[in-house]
Amino acid sequence: MSDDADARPYGRRAFLGLLAAGLTSFAWAQPAGRIFAPVTSQFAAALGDLLPVGGWRIYTISGSMPVFDPRTWRLEITGLVRSPVRLGYDDLLALPRARQVSTFHCVTGWTVRDVHWTGVRFEHLLALARPLPAARAIRFVSLEEPYNDSLTLRQAALPDVMLAYEMDGKPLTRAHGSPARVVIPEMYGYKGVKWLTRMELVDSQPTGYWEGLGYDQNAWVGRSNGYG
Amino acid sequence: MATDRARLRRFSRTERAVHWVHAAAFLVLLATGLALYLPSLSELVGRRPLLKSIHVWTAVAWIVALVFVVAVGDRRSLRATLREVDLFDRDDRDWLLRRGPPQGRLNAGQKVNTIVTGVFAVLFAITGALLWYGERDTRFRFAQTILIHDWLTYVSLVLFLGHLYLSVIHPRTRHSLTGITRGWVYEDWARQHHAKWAAGYRARRDAS
Repeated sequence: MSDDADARPYGRRAFLGLLAAGLTSFAWAQPAGRIFAPVTSQFAAALGDLLPVGGWRIYTISGSMPVFDPRTWRLEITGLVRSPVRLGYDDLLALPRARQVSTFHCVTGWTVRDVHWTGVRFEHLLALARPLPAARAIRFVSLEEPYNDSLTLRQAALPDVMLAYEMDGKPLTRAHGSPARVVIPEMYGYKGVKWLTRMELVDSQPTGYWEGLGYDQNAWVGRSNGYG
Repeated sequence: MATDRARLRRFSRTERAVHWVHAAAFLVLLATGLALYLPSLSELVGRRPLLKSIHVWTAVAWIVALVFVVAVGDRRSLRATLREVDLFDRDDRDWLLRRGPPQGRLNAGQKVNTIVTGVFAVLFAITGALLWYGERDTRFRFAQTILIHDWLTYVSLVLFLGHLYLSVIHPRTRHSLTGITRGWVYEDWARQHHAKWAAGYRARRDAS
């Protein structure tokens, strides 16, 4: 207790200083994240699905992820079409292939850069079913019930929108929505329905799963859901 | 066991309650958080909506329990602890640089750990509340929130593992675990690791 004379209240200063650093990180965390992105994305590549540093997180809404069985899986294209279609996995792979590298943005704030997708453009799928003139949008239904979402036909026709069945050179894994998921890089990920099993052509956009919980129908990156 | 081995009372019941409320909540939040966050674990465990509910309600229970302990507990001992953590004397400052100097009831490293834990608790609670509320109201949705919550997790995981090592594994320090479970430590151990506290304790006891 003889040391009381030279005791300093460094504890509270450290507490307040650290707290200030933490709170101001709302301003500097993103620029810092961008600066460290080359490092963290290397981490992500090295750790793969083990640790999502600068990588993917898997969001689901139900008890367990759907299991893909190539023998029984079908993709149906129904609704306002001239000829309803049922495609098997091999049928899907036989359609003209498209490849792209794009960035994936989640509405919760994380981003994965340079994702390599392989899949099929919607024009080829729609050409099989031939939508009726009244069709305005596609409702995508997931095997993970009750997940569904929709895109207008105009949105589905954007040049980098696809139904992807490969990611980074490998068939889509279960966590990423095997066998096929919707990819629309300009919109937040919740619009990209995973474990797709049905496309319904409709005359107006229905309220999808997340839209029902208050998220925007048009989920443009940086211009929706309270951003921008 | 030697019956004459003297014991010193190191932590009050209230201090221990605060510690274990914090520890229990941390473990549940860490386990559910990792299952929500790690892709491989998410796939294995599934049940995301349930895990999310457990995560959120554990956080609520954690804060309520802390408030409860402070409300009904021995606040004087908590105030004394706060004051102790606040003050760094010359020995504390030297200890941080080169271990040697005699220490009080809490050594300088333990003080730093307490401070960091306190700050992290506040930041975890703020970012967690924003993540929860931001799902309901877009005005509270910030892209950085999840990034900050993540980084708090990384750093606290490292601190937690170090804390576990020193309190459970490291032969020379692991006796300290008795202090936080049962409240007392052996005097001979305290003399080695917390010399100033042990000396002061004896002086106070002799005086009374």
